Amino acid sequence: MSGASYRLQLSPEDVWRALAEIPDPEIPVISIVDLGVVKGIRVEDERVHVDFTPTFMGCPALETMRMEMEAAIRGLGAEPDVEVVLDDSWSTDRISSEGREKLRAAGFAPPAPRSAGTPTLIQLERGPFSCPWCGSTDTRLENVFGPTPCRSLRYCNACRQPFEQFKTI
Amino acid sequence: MSDRVDLLLALADDELILGWRNSEWTGIAPFLEEDVAFSSIAQNEIGHARALYELAARELGTDADALAFDRPLEEYRSSPLVELRRLEWARTIVRHWLYETADAIRLEALMGSDDREIAGIAAKIDREEVYHRIHAEMWIDRLLASDDARSRVDEALEELWPYALGVLDDDLRPELVRRAEAKVGRALPEVEPVSRGQHEAELADLLVEMTMVRRSAPAGARW
Repeated sequence: MSGASYRLQLSPEDVWRALAEIPDPEIPVISIVDLGVVKGIRVEDERVHVDFTPTFMGCPALETMRMEMEAAIRGLGAEPDVEVVLDDSWSTDRISSEGREKLRAAGFAPPAPRSAGTPTLIQLERGPFSCPWCGSTDTRLENVFGPTPCRSLRYCNACRQPFEQFKTI
Repeated sequence: MSDRVDLLLALADDELILGWRNSEWTGIAPFLEEDVAFSSIAQNEIGHARALYELAARELGTDADALAFDRPLEEYRSSPLVELRRLEWARTIVRHWLYETADAIRLEALMGSDDREIAGIAAKIDREEVYHRIHAEMWIDRLLASDDARSRVDEALEELWPYALGVLDDDLRPELVRRAEAKVGRALPEVEPVSRGQHEAELADLLVEMTMVRRSAPAGARW
């Protein structure tokens, strides 16, 4: 045995690992795999097919994500084929638990689970939204919309800090 | 042109033109929160338009930008409601609320479509539209709560109600009447809808402005 091993073919796991290194273009504390936008990976010889499910449809980061995935796949010596899936497969429930914790640690309140029901004004005004800084649920809605379409603005009455709350979609 | 493409273009044109109209508030809304809200809503609507144009483009063998920017005015399928330039707050809010209410009814119908692509994209769009509806209802409730503002809402409704009916096909209109009357607490007049297929004069100015950059660049320019 020489001990040398040669990789004959890329496995889907190799591709998942490479894509997990790509940060979200707008919130780089979280990777695009944590964000849940990679729906599936197929490797066929030299070709890697990725099903990419967009988050918010008007998000300008989508093109950047796509280009970075293509570059990462070329970096593995394969030819990328990134297909945008325009179905209803992405929701904020696809953000991984690690991803949620990374968001919270960076000062972004992660989205509430969809199991709580379709969002309503009453729920946004009265629901138990926690401050990512101090953990208090004594917070109030400042604006349904925020710096990007995916976030709302809230204010923590306990530590008197404004914070960005991910919308649940 | 297939019925499917016609439907996709009607939806996409509504979202593109209203997105453009909403973006006209960027920087000049009555206060900062509304600058942010109308800008975000505009961004969402234009994102929906892009996805819908892409589905249509696949069938027509073209691309989303060509459908959004290169058609002559008479080929746009937008409803006259979204074409109106309304830089006055009560009218803007009433148009916003009427459109979002009509759009919700339309999306509910499309989510049940046998065409899985259309049902899927409608469901995806609706996830974002929930927040537009929350915003519109919060505002209409606020305006209906005082006498002065309510009279402005009534004036705006007088003008915009026929346009709102024109957003939907005949079969979906009764549901819009039901929801709108429930919100304002009175019967709304039976009027002739201002329907899709005719255009407001203001659309021509908007198209000139909207396509300015595209027309100024050589064909095939990349950004």
